[in-house]
Amino acid sequence: MLRAMLAVLVALIAPLTCAAEIGQVKISKGTVTIERAGQSMPASVGTRLQTADVVTTGNDGSVGITMTDDSLLSAGPNSVLALDRYDFDDVTSAGRFDTSLRKGTLAVVSGRLAKQSRDAMTVRTPSAVLGVRGTEFVVSAGNGR
Amino acid sequence: MAAERLRIRCLLFALAAALCGCATHERIVLLPESGGGPTSLVVRQGAREVLLDRPYAAAELTIADPFRYDASAAEVQATFGEALAAQPARAAHYTLYFVEGSDDLTQDSKDALERMLAELARRPVRDIVIVGHTDAVGSDQYNDALAKKRADAVRALLVARGVAANDIVAIGRGKRELLIATPSGIAEPRNRRVEIVVR
Repeated sequence: MLRAMLAVLVALIAPLTCAAEIGQVKISKGTVTIERAGQSMPASVGTRLQTADVVTTGNDGSVGITMTDDSLLSAGPNSVLALDRYDFDDVTSAGRFDTSLRKGTLAVVSGRLAKQSRDAMTVRTPSAVLGVRGTEFVVSAGNGR
Repeated sequence: MAAERLRIRCLLFALAAALCGCATHERIVLLPESGGGPTSLVVRQGAREVLLDRPYAAAELTIADPFRYDASAAEVQATFGEALAAQPARAAHYTLYFVEGSDDLTQDSKDALERMLAELARRPVRDIVIVGHTDAVGSDQYNDALAKKRADAVRALLVARGVAANDIVAIGRGKRELLIATPSGIAEPRNRRVEIVVR
């Protein structure tokens, strides 16, 4: 009985969580790379993102990302953006989203996570933490333009 | 002697540049919210906190206290133009309704599907999630199957119109998430639906 219940539970949850995909690259111009588990790969349009990915743009680069909670992140040239933590429950909109802009420029439109709970989304810069309550803002750090 | 003075001056200049320039130079600007709704952002730097709560409210972070000022659209465009130009299209949400007990769309929803397809064509990369629902008539088991059948039917309609099958996830949630709360056994057209998110 317990095993049957567990099987049903897994069957219900699996389609939502097994894909560790948290977002997708929608726009990619110039040099854009993703560092994942020590490897570097080009971040071309359509690339799926995972937690802990670090997205870097070159001199001529810019990138636009849509997360599964509908939030939008886009970075200009010479930027380093880390997707530190992402938990999102598609049914309840509960969870947590932490990103860091290590340098460069970033534009954000927050999504369902920030709407659901005021401390669910944060953006870190080298010296500050932004608590996102909604919805659209820009951040620059360091030598990015 | 003059050369020595110049050298000291250069050194002082470099030191000043290092102190103000690279230590911390960060800027945050709250933008107008497209939907016109309320918007705000809290900037925490150590124990200090600045609240940005109206369009173009901005904070400049230096080695000293966060400096609060009002930015302009021109300043935002100059610094963030490229980041803003790379912003993806917003996610779009659609709801389509079904004839009772079936996976046939209502006539209105067939028309809505056409409008959705036209909108889809404008997106270069698509990520589509279709979630099927039912009303409260019938058992859980029956409704789970019907909800999934509805999601799959819409998925098949999209694939038939050229949307890549790989871009679509179709799932069913049965009668667990009624849009209109009803007692069990009540037929409610607005609950017989699929909700579609296009990102």
